[in-house]
Amino acid sequence: MSTPLAESTAPRTSGTPAAPRPRKEQSQRLKAWATRAPLLPALVFLIVVTQLPFAATLVISLFDWNAFSPDNRHFTGLSNYSAVATDPALRESVLTTAVLTAAVVVTSVVLGLLLALLLDRSFKGRGLVRTMLITPFLLVPVAAALMWKHLLYNPEYGLLNGTLAAVAGLFGADAPQPEWISTMPLMAVEAALVWQWTPFMMLILLAGLQSRPHDTIEAARLDGAGPWQIFRYLTLPHLRRYLELGVLLGSIYIVQNFDAVFTMTKGSLGTANLPYTVYQTFYEGHEYGQASAAGVIVVIGSIVIATFALRVVLSLFREEVSRG
Amino acid sequence: MSSLTAAPVSAGPTGDRVLRRARRRNTALGLLAWVVGLVFVAPALWMVLTSFHSEPDAATNPPSLGAPLTFASYREFFAGRGGASPWPPLINSLWASLASTLLVLVLALPAAYALSIRRVRKWTDVMFFFLSTKMLPVVAGLLPVFLFARNTGLLDNIWLLVILYTSMNLPIAVWMMQSFLADVPVAVIEAAQIDGARLPAILTRVIAPMAGPGIAATALICFIFSWNELLFARVLTGVVAQTAPVFLTSFVTSQGLFLAQLCAASVVISLPVLAAGFAAQDKLVQGLSLGAVK
Repeated sequence: MSTPLAESTAPRTSGTPAAPRPRKEQSQRLKAWATRAPLLPALVFLIVVTQLPFAATLVISLFDWNAFSPDNRHFTGLSNYSAVATDPALRESVLTTAVLTAAVVVTSVVLGLLLALLLDRSFKGRGLVRTMLITPFLLVPVAAALMWKHLLYNPEYGLLNGTLAAVAGLFGADAPQPEWISTMPLMAVEAALVWQWTPFMMLILLAGLQSRPHDTIEAARLDGAGPWQIFRYLTLPHLRRYLELGVLLGSIYIVQNFDAVFTMTKGSLGTANLPYTVYQTFYEGHEYGQASAAGVIVVIGSIVIATFALRVVLSLFREEVSRG
Repeated sequence: MSSLTAAPVSAGPTGDRVLRRARRRNTALGLLAWVVGLVFVAPALWMVLTSFHSEPDAATNPPSLGAPLTFASYREFFAGRGGASPWPPLINSLWASLASTLLVLVLALPAAYALSIRRVRKWTDVMFFFLSTKMLPVVAGLLPVFLFARNTGLLDNIWLLVILYTSMNLPIAVWMMQSFLADVPVAVIEAAQIDGARLPAILTRVIAPMAGPGIAATALICFIFSWNELLFARVLTGVVAQTAPVFLTSFVTSQGLFLAQLCAASVVISLPVLAAGFAAQDKLVQGLSLGAVK
């Protein structure tokens, strides 16, 4: 244990123990296990708690299993999947999930980029503005969703209609008082989520902006490049991977969103996304087999996104490692 | 665009004019940033203000900005006038968040050590295995966990949440702490070794002080995620182990004119997260991007 650095500076290749004597080989193996030991508790814990339940979900998804008739439980092969694929409500929730995720991610990335550009300069109170901007992200998601539903969207006394009425009142007119959630349910959920996720995107992109190579930009400006050219040909290419990272991490978190849908609409009015539908199918509908099949579909969707996400993280990570 | 902050320094009247124009534009953009910041924080500020209004003042149209302030809603909330006391759920949340954060640190610190300072073979593969578990949607494993809990009598037990929150945060913590520990310069550790320091001394005297702030930020972020969690808590707890977010969702249905009290409840329940978040502000990006962005 007294030479912990041998490996960090020069990672061993797989065939290193070329020593002929078994004694030495044994001590090598012992040393390798000593290195691995600190890793094992975390690894075992994570496999047991996250991988086993998922394996169980896979198995359950192959059974016809309703909690109200447990004696009827039997193997049905892939019929839950065909039931899920042909159920119009479930198909709609797949579409809802895609629309919700895409709308929230794209809007919050664009807004986040604009905010990051605004904040990437020195002005009075910059720290305070930054703090104000990240506040939405630091409210408990349930509290934020309730706030939007009751405090802002409420048609009678919500802040949105209240402001409309107050502004129209200045001109002696009657303002329209829309019922936000019932007329545009998905938009209402999306707006609340955009408000919460824009700060996240801003933070990532701001970090990207601040890691730009300043000498290159200085050189470009001395060569007569304008601000737009610098943005288009230097800043944007540099930000590309930060944008990708924001999009992918945002997608992973928002595909899984449950809090906002559950709190604001209870999945009604066409806002039920897949996580909510899975929750409803098993918690209220007690259709264990079908819920599991839907869960597996969510996983497949996530794996597609995650594969891209991992690639982006990996490229940033490699750069970090090679620099360090 | 940050170029404007370092405007070219040149003598003469034209340079002066360029400088002045750049400065004016910078002021205008700074002002815009202020306006946008205020717009973003406005709903949250409105919630805080409403929590200090009386119930009739809270539900008016147009909104009553200047209504007299009162602590009534907070008193009502803590007294549990809505039918249930907020203390058990708050204590449950605190317990679940603190215990799981502690467990995360105990598991993640040695793992991060084996992935940064004394590296195992194929350490990047291990890192990506950790990350990939984070991408598995929570709902996918929910049903088996629920069935397991029901059959073993762990339903409505706060320890089940502690275990689940630990697994939820462990990958993030491993990634974050790996990047913080890898920042400790190899030369410093080598120097300590040459001076005859043993492993415990190196851990406590060399690594801990340098990686300390990062480890603290990791803990705060894990705390936030556990405190915020709704789905597991909603499905796996009932009366006894109910957490604050679940309490908040059930709070609404049991009330009549409730707006001010709802705001007070939301403010109280959000306060620990706000405090932890602002404390970890500098390292927040690194945590949320799983250490990919520094």
